Amino acid sequence: MAHSLNRRQLIKMGALAGAGVALGPQLWVKHSLPAYAQGETIRVGILHSLSGTMAISETSVVDAERLAIKEINAAGGVLGKQIEAIVEDGASDWPTFAEKATKLIDSDKVATVFGCWTSASRKAVLPVFESRQHMLWYPVQYEGQECSKNIFYTGAAPNQQIEPSVEWLLKNKGKEFFLVGSDYVFPRTANTIIKAQLEALGGTVVGEDYLPLGNTEVTPIISKIRAALPKGGIIYNSLNGDSNVAFFTQLQGAGLGPDRYPSMSVSIAEEEVQAIGPEFLEGHYAAWNYFMTVDTPANKKFVEAFRAEYGQNRVTNDPMEAAYIMVYLWKQAVEKAGTVEIDAVRQAAYGQTFDAPEGLVTMNSNHHLTKYVRIGQVRSDGLFEVISATDAVDPLPWNQFVAETKGYACDWSDPTKGGRYQV
Amino acid sequence: MTLLFDSLFNGISIGTVLLMAALGLAIVFGLMGVINMAHGELMMLGAYTTFVVQNVFRQWGDPWRDFYIFPALVAAFGVAALVGLILERAVIRFLYGRPLETLLATWGVSLILQQFVRSVNWVLALRLGVFGLLFFGGWWLLAKRVDWPRIKGWVLTLLLVLSTAIGTVGGRLLAQTYALAVTQPWFGAQNRDVTAPRWLRGGIPVGQLFLPNTRLFIISLTLVCILGLYIFLQHTRWGLRIRAVTQNRAMSACVGIPTQTVDALTFAIGSGLAGVAGVAVSLLGSVGPNTGQNYIVDTFMVVVVGGVGKLLGSIVAALGIGIANFLIGSGTLALIFPGVPILTDTLNFFATTSMAKVMVFALIVVFLQFRPRGLFPEKGRTVDA
Repeated sequence: MAHSLNRRQLIKMGALAGAGVALGPQLWVKHSLPAYAQGETIRVGILHSLSGTMAISETSVVDAERLAIKEINAAGGVLGKQIEAIVEDGASDWPTFAEKATKLIDSDKVATVFGCWTSASRKAVLPVFESRQHMLWYPVQYEGQECSKNIFYTGAAPNQQIEPSVEWLLKNKGKEFFLVGSDYVFPRTANTIIKAQLEALGGTVVGEDYLPLGNTEVTPIISKIRAALPKGGIIYNSLNGDSNVAFFTQLQGAGLGPDRYPSMSVSIAEEEVQAIGPEFLEGHYAAWNYFMTVDTPANKKFVEAFRAEYGQNRVTNDPMEAAYIMVYLWKQAVEKAGTVEIDAVRQAAYGQTFDAPEGLVTMNSNHHLTKYVRIGQVRSDGLFEVISATDAVDPLPWNQFVAETKGYACDWSDPTKGGRYQV
Repeated sequence: MTLLFDSLFNGISIGTVLLMAALGLAIVFGLMGVINMAHGELMMLGAYTTFVVQNVFRQWGDPWRDFYIFPALVAAFGVAALVGLILERAVIRFLYGRPLETLLATWGVSLILQQFVRSVNWVLALRLGVFGLLFFGGWWLLAKRVDWPRIKGWVLTLLLVLSTAIGTVGGRLLAQTYALAVTQPWFGAQNRDVTAPRWLRGGIPVGQLFLPNTRLFIISLTLVCILGLYIFLQHTRWGLRIRAVTQNRAMSACVGIPTQTVDALTFAIGSGLAGVAGVAVSLLGSVGPNTGQNYIVDTFMVVVVGGVGKLLGSIVAALGIGIANFLIGSGTLALIFPGVPILTDTLNFFATTSMAKVMVFALIVVFLQFRPRGLFPEKGRTVDA
């Protein structure tokens, strides 16, 4: 029966062996790793997109979280134990996020999870964390209108980014706004807030449009902008991920420059400017709590440590800073609580302060941080010139311009108040 | 007038991108009837080739860096055609006439290609190279022996095990010796960006209009490709053979046309065109492992609407879908019909990019109810394999 191997079987075997060659060692390495005994380390989960359309932004957030963990471990760990990070890839796919969150909590038994970028991914994992009474630290500015007991938000609430930037635009750039965003929860909610705010403050919205994530066909949007704002006006941009690349290269290709069409972006930071190319973005604006060019001793230390770890050509940005400080805030809360037990850590987190690169930040009982608001303009080297900065602004998760949430607040330190109560 | 010209130009710019992406598929699916789900990934390979060529030229500095796009076109065609050829010879030719199996197999190939660009590094490339060289080299050498049919079974099993082992051990040694230099992925999971050469940025103002250079470039590229394809199919010997095999495979074989070679050639050309489309697409957005997936549905849509088997159909369908997409998405339709409140309200509702897609899909579904075989159906009795 030596002839039994026909050509087709052979090809199948060849393919199989090819796959074996490609995968073999990885499998082997995974198995030969020493099993970490529980009790010697504290496990934490890191859950971001390492592939797909959001990877452009989220991989560097993972770098910042790993840096903080490494620094804490080098300084003796937390409660005398080393922190062990378990990194999972959400793959820019929201059900995958929920699945990986379940895995981190149920089978890895992590003490907390640092993760997510898009609000869609956060909304996808929210039920997982709430049903298991677990804890997620979320490092990105977002649309607000949420205050979960199981999430700590270390990025900006709308009143710490969107609202001040709209006020600044009204004061300095004009009254006519065109809103562009990716088609998911953050841009849509953000634009609802902006519309309500503009109505209250005397601006007008001349048009709005949404691109599906990953879409690169922006021709209709650019025509609409030109038709709605023939003499120029403000583009308020909440596109996420690589749609930005298409949008700004084609905006410049269509001759809509920042002199007549200044754009304010809330999802473009130093990393994205490098990726899109500073030549396409020079002169446009962005609103954040932190820019790499912020002049504080803590920031100098952070940038130096980051570059020493990951290379001198790397840049830091707002979500990375928020990710870096949230690991430290969690560590401080664990030390104050004396345990990693979720409820105790949550109580201990309220009132924690940290000398962050952006300035001194405080964790409030509404699970959001007191932060500083800055407006930056893109320079030719791809970094931002900080042209406006505020004092510390307290976070308001429930928006005060939107009728349904006006007058509401959140306070998890008081069991009678909770996530949404009338002031 | 301006409105008309503007809509036409923008519609055509969207349409040509669709057409460029669909052109290769129009040949592979349209002429050969192969449902190639890996078509988008061949585009992605073309886009990555552009990225590599760009980086090489950037090192050489001015004035070379501004002209990388032309060698990139050639390289992308070559790389995609080669991968297409391998795909056809290794997988698809065993599945002719079995559309469902082809669909699944090529979808698998598309997943493999996506993961390949994410994780390819020197170690992986070398391991695959060593494996291929030892296994297929050994096969080729030993097949010359007289008693080959007798020893074939166990020799190939042995070769398989040996070359896998050598490749794996070699790879591990390499990874240990040079560490990060060889284990770092070439591209990684993150998207990469192709910067258009300086002469492609900006645009040409025509009256009140502004024609972006990249769009003009893609439109001319599409024209050149269609023209080249037309001349090849209508005026060369191989083009004639391809058309003959498409119409009647058995009869073509009888009159001495090497149908297997024709199949391989047709598939390679279709794949190569996908590579060229990858270059065009890389000028619009960034290049990532998922780049191809964004286009695969649209390309099948174009070919199906156009009518399987007719290149002209694909051309008309792509431009039609492009213009429809623009007219609905930009809200221009609402401007054309002022004064009818219900109509303008409905049109404004669909005047966002996401909703325009919904509307175009709905229109296509309706269209296919009336013309299930597309715009230009094949006339007469078709000869299906």
